[in-house]
Amino acid sequence: MIGSTGFRTLVYKETLRFYKVATQTVAAPILTAMLYLLIFGHVLEGRVTVYPGVSYTAFLIPGLVMMSVLQNAFANSSSSLIQSKITGNLVFVLLTPLSHWEIFSAYTIAAMVRGITVGAGVFIVTAWFAHMSFEWPLWIAVFALLGAAILGTMGLIAGIWAEKFDQLAAFQNFLIMPLTFLSGVFYSIHSLPPFWLTVSHLNPFFYMIDGFRYGFFGQSDINPWTSLAIVSAFLVVLALLAIRLLRSGYRLRH
Amino acid sequence: MTAIEISNVEKRYKSLQALGGVSLSIEEGEFFGLLGPNGAGKTTLISIIAGLIRADSGTVKIHGHEVTGDFRAARKKLGVVPQELVFDPFFTVRETLRLQSGYFGLPNNDKWIDEVMHNLDLTNKADTNMRALSGGMKRRVLVAQALVHKPPVIVLDEPTAGVDVELRQTLWKFISRLNREGHTVVLTTHYLEEAQAMCKRVAMLKSGKVVALDTMSALIRRISGSQLIVHMTQGDLPEDMRHLVTHPESAETGRKYSLRINDYAEVEQILARLRAAGVVIDEMQLQQADLEDIFLQIMDKGAL
Repeated sequence: MIGSTGFRTLVYKETLRFYKVATQTVAAPILTAMLYLLIFGHVLEGRVTVYPGVSYTAFLIPGLVMMSVLQNAFANSSSSLIQSKITGNLVFVLLTPLSHWEIFSAYTIAAMVRGITVGAGVFIVTAWFAHMSFEWPLWIAVFALLGAAILGTMGLIAGIWAEKFDQLAAFQNFLIMPLTFLSGVFYSIHSLPPFWLTVSHLNPFFYMIDGFRYGFFGQSDINPWTSLAIVSAFLVVLALLAIRLLRSGYRLRH
Repeated sequence: MTAIEISNVEKRYKSLQALGGVSLSIEEGEFFGLLGPNGAGKTTLISIIAGLIRADSGTVKIHGHEVTGDFRAARKKLGVVPQELVFDPFFTVRETLRLQSGYFGLPNNDKWIDEVMHNLDLTNKADTNMRALSGGMKRRVLVAQALVHKPPVIVLDEPTAGVDVELRQTLWKFISRLNREGHTVVLTTHYLEEAQAMCKRVAMLKSGKVVALDTMSALIRRISGSQLIVHMTQGDLPEDMRHLVTHPESAETGRKYSLRINDYAEVEQILARLRAAGVVIDEMQLQQADLEDIFLQIMDKGAL
């Protein structure tokens, strides 16, 4: 068994929490991703070719899967924390012997479970629309897990920082959404003008999606090892920040 | 053994000194009351004991474990019933209690969970979602959550605020039983008669400072014992009896006096002396001093 009973219980509770409202937390984002595919795939199929031998719809599917993984991982930890803070029931976790490290890991792992579940669901319903290949399945798994962990951690940080729902919404709308949409979900960054190409290289989300896509097609904008290094470093920095916030009790233990 | 050791705890919120050097020692097995008006610092102190708030200075130990440095051991020894009526709307009563038990490292704890639910009359609500419970029922679940890991020290912050008589009786019966079995109980309440009935020792807080700390019986003795209130129509209190007056400032000269008595045998002696001094009494009343008298006196004066 991994970790203490307390840690496993918190993972279970955070997973059960989203499972109990699966229509909202799993089915709805799958439907949204499918709508993106139907609309963008229909409009752009045949007009845009990103990689040789790969249709636009096939190119789009991994992007949509990864976008769903990222957004839902973020939503899980951030919404759970802010709701618990505002309704006051976070006290049930804060009163326990759980360490800051255990709290961090449990929230992040539960966020990863939701992100991966939604991502898998999106893949299952969208893969019918294009011929998909799996060149390097391990890269697919590695980038999906790392991306989910990063966004789960970002959700944790946002949930700790935000004291009101609108602060969390601002975090989501002004940071997470732009970083996701401008990361190459719908296009290859090589189709961008030089300025925006450079800007895109500063977006860590780009490396997650690009590396993830490499697993499917064996082709990417950036060498996957470079992406792996950047994404891993980003996760380490965010995890250290989140653990530091939890250890200091910032906005949790006043 | 000392259950809770609080040494020089200070806490400041900007310009407000919430706690100004509080020191207290609560022994194992005690039923201890923490009293004071709103804003006295009771909840802040409890939150520091529970690790929900960090003190600016000073230390708190639970069964010898410091609450920040050795928080794992300290929190395992402690069960806290928070004042706010909080709950997680995603879960049923049983799920809530199982989760809380799991956080404390007790995954297979259904026997004790069933016993706690039975003692708090929650058994028939076990599979009800928390959202569907009444306020009183939610309060019972809060108590159950605090007890789910059988903590040797139980802290209840206003557990009976806004709840019906039935719950109070159920709760006190169960908490008294736990106290008899050796659990240390610390209680804050606005219901002073409740504190008087339950607590063997109390601390009174005022503006973040301990202004009284003693056993309940000693506190009641220290203030006045009982009082004989006499209403006179003729004559005045003899000079040699004026030291018995408990509230000189409120005495109506020649009309009404509250006189301290230590036992009921003194009533007859006082009446005899008053008759001998030519006093005619048209009304009299015997009043037992209670915690409320002490509380009001301390809060007025700052200390006994």
